[in-house]
Amino acid sequence: MKHPDDFRSKWDLVIQPRTRLVNVDLGAVWAYRDLAWTLFRRDFSTFYKQTILGPIWYILQPLLSSLIYLFVFGAIANIPTDGLPPFLFYLSGLVVWSYFSTCFTNNSQVFSKNSALFGKVYFPRLVVPISIAMSALVTFAIQFALLIATTFVFQLLGARVAFSFLAILLAPIVVAYVALLGIGVGLITSALTIRFRDLAYVAGFAVQLWMYASPVVYPLSKVPSRFQWLFDINPMSAPIELLRSLAFGTPIPPVVLILCNLGVTSALFLAGIILFSRAESTAMDTV
Amino acid sequence: MGNDTVIRAEHVSKEYRLGVINHGTLYRDLQSWWARWRNRPDPNREISDLARPVEHGDRIDGDRFHALRDVSFDIERGQVVGIVGGNGAGKSTLLKVISRITAPTSGRIGLRGRVASLLEVGTGFHPELTGRENVFLNGAILGMKGREVRSKFDEIVEFAEIGQFIDTPVKRYSSGMYVRLAFSVAAHLEPEILLIDEVLAVGDANFQRRCLGRMSDVGRDGRTVLFVSHNMTAISAICPTAILMENGQVGATGNTADVLKKYLSADESGTSVGYSVEPETLAGQAVIYGLRLVGEDGSHSSVAELTEGFSVEVLYELRESLSGLSVGLQVLAEDGYTSILSLSDPELDPTRLEARKPGKYRAVVRFPASVLNTGAFYLRAGISSRFSIYSVVEGVRFEVVDNVGIIQMLGQSRKPSISALQLPWQVDSA
Repeated sequence: MKHPDDFRSKWDLVIQPRTRLVNVDLGAVWAYRDLAWTLFRRDFSTFYKQTILGPIWYILQPLLSSLIYLFVFGAIANIPTDGLPPFLFYLSGLVVWSYFSTCFTNNSQVFSKNSALFGKVYFPRLVVPISIAMSALVTFAIQFALLIATTFVFQLLGARVAFSFLAILLAPIVVAYVALLGIGVGLITSALTIRFRDLAYVAGFAVQLWMYASPVVYPLSKVPSRFQWLFDINPMSAPIELLRSLAFGTPIPPVVLILCNLGVTSALFLAGIILFSRAESTAMDTV
Repeated sequence: MGNDTVIRAEHVSKEYRLGVINHGTLYRDLQSWWARWRNRPDPNREISDLARPVEHGDRIDGDRFHALRDVSFDIERGQVVGIVGGNGAGKSTLLKVISRITAPTSGRIGLRGRVASLLEVGTGFHPELTGRENVFLNGAILGMKGREVRSKFDEIVEFAEIGQFIDTPVKRYSSGMYVRLAFSVAAHLEPEILLIDEVLAVGDANFQRRCLGRMSDVGRDGRTVLFVSHNMTAISAICPTAILMENGQVGATGNTADVLKKYLSADESGTSVGYSVEPETLAGQAVIYGLRLVGEDGSHSSVAELTEGFSVEVLYELRESLSGLSVGLQVLAEDGYTSILSLSDPELDPTRLEARKPGKYRAVVRFPASVLNTGAFYLRAGISSRFSIYSVVEGVRFEVVDNVGIIQMLGQSRKPSISALQLPWQVDSA
């Protein structure tokens, strides 16, 4: 074997120590698309078989949270909500936020939750994060429908809110963006928790704090300009604000913020994929 | 180089780090780092650096354990190859590297054709899902397309003999049904290369035979099979060639009878009594780290006196709570695979299904005098649950001898039987 490539071309598959920085074989992921779909179906049907309250919980959770915010941030702290009924304001923020936090939390446990599977059979590991994002999409769809329904109720009750159905058409873009971000940050955490197990607890707490650093319970327009940069680098500010402005016509966030957010998300997603692909080939030696 | 080589391993090595490089938590890492920075002794040092197994042959090099060392071999299309070797010899690691579950540390392997590995039956089976749903799930995990599973679905169900229970959640299945369905999915994979690890030992004998039959059919179809097993009967029945793994290296390759002979004789010349290793050097949720013969006087030995009883000691460690665990012991005849006695510890105890606490255990089985006739025997012990085999130790050779000369004393010769039990004769005139 004079040339290393000689060996590679002779065989269909070459198993070697990890050499390249990024080791992602998107073709293999695509070849296993049936598995992503099957895992998604498994999560979906086991969830509905095991809990009676499951789907109702998805509806109750954002409603109850919005009610509490209505009391704490609306009635007591009196934070303005860009002219929207506060309840709809919080609910719309929560719908986007909970999709992110589900993607993030579930992906951060991807090695520990799947160690039995990963230790026994090979498939492109990236299939699992993709199926997680798909499963979370069901919850998002339910909650997004809830948002529309609640808006109608408000309209019937005489509130002056306009709902633009453009939001439904453009929601997939926001969702795709949030999925990439949730997968990225989740995979970074999952790769690090192989080395540092206590990070799993930190992650659960961090996601709670992060919500308050994002415009879920307050509008971006009320943030003092000296703190504006914080929202430029917080990649969750753009999707929350954008979905609101698409649906209800609140102010569109500044272009600088959107571009900064896009940059941060791309960086986090790439970092997540790189760390994950580096971790996956030897993760089973330590988990 | 034959054009028909479908698997080629070139100088494959795999190292594991012992006692890991860090402490597993960020908090402790920071603590150690802070202590080093102030030139203080590392408060966590003891845990990772001192409590290490001192010596374990030459496979430990500093903090590294060589699970595989410079393994090279070629396997031709259509070969059905058995991989044999003692516990921790590297068989399973080799299969894990070839099936891409873990990456090698150095060396490379070239494969031609679609590879499927079967390191466990029913990987990913979900108890809440029905048999039907699990067939699709398991099929997808093993790399089948949904279309492929659909087209073979009826065949799979028929082979598994599940019948109308296919739409029942598998948590209601008996273990036999579970294993049959799981294996049936795997048996309908159509890869060019199939890697199998010890999965056939679960399930009832009749079904095992059918599976073995199907395996050899696979070989006849021009597919290549790599088969790791402790079941030497199965290996010699379906694998014409075999690879012997010893201490992470290839000990022998060639036709199965020769390789098995070498494997079984390896222990004879050794001065070691039984099998005993540091548990830290073994990976797994439950490991056997000692299997020895104990004489009446309590000393370890490889020789038992015909007229005295002896005991067999199994030392094992559980690293997590595992329910439905069973520790079994077999006494094999000199050929290494005819089973004479087979016992399992919780057989008389209904609490066998309760989870046993993690920790180290010592199980002792007492053999009364004369149960075995004079001759050489092999011990084999394993830890298993309904669906998986956690650890197997075998090939521990011992001899039953008649130093007292009881047979001669009675003016008899050794009778050609495996047991020398004296049973009472009662004679009445008829």
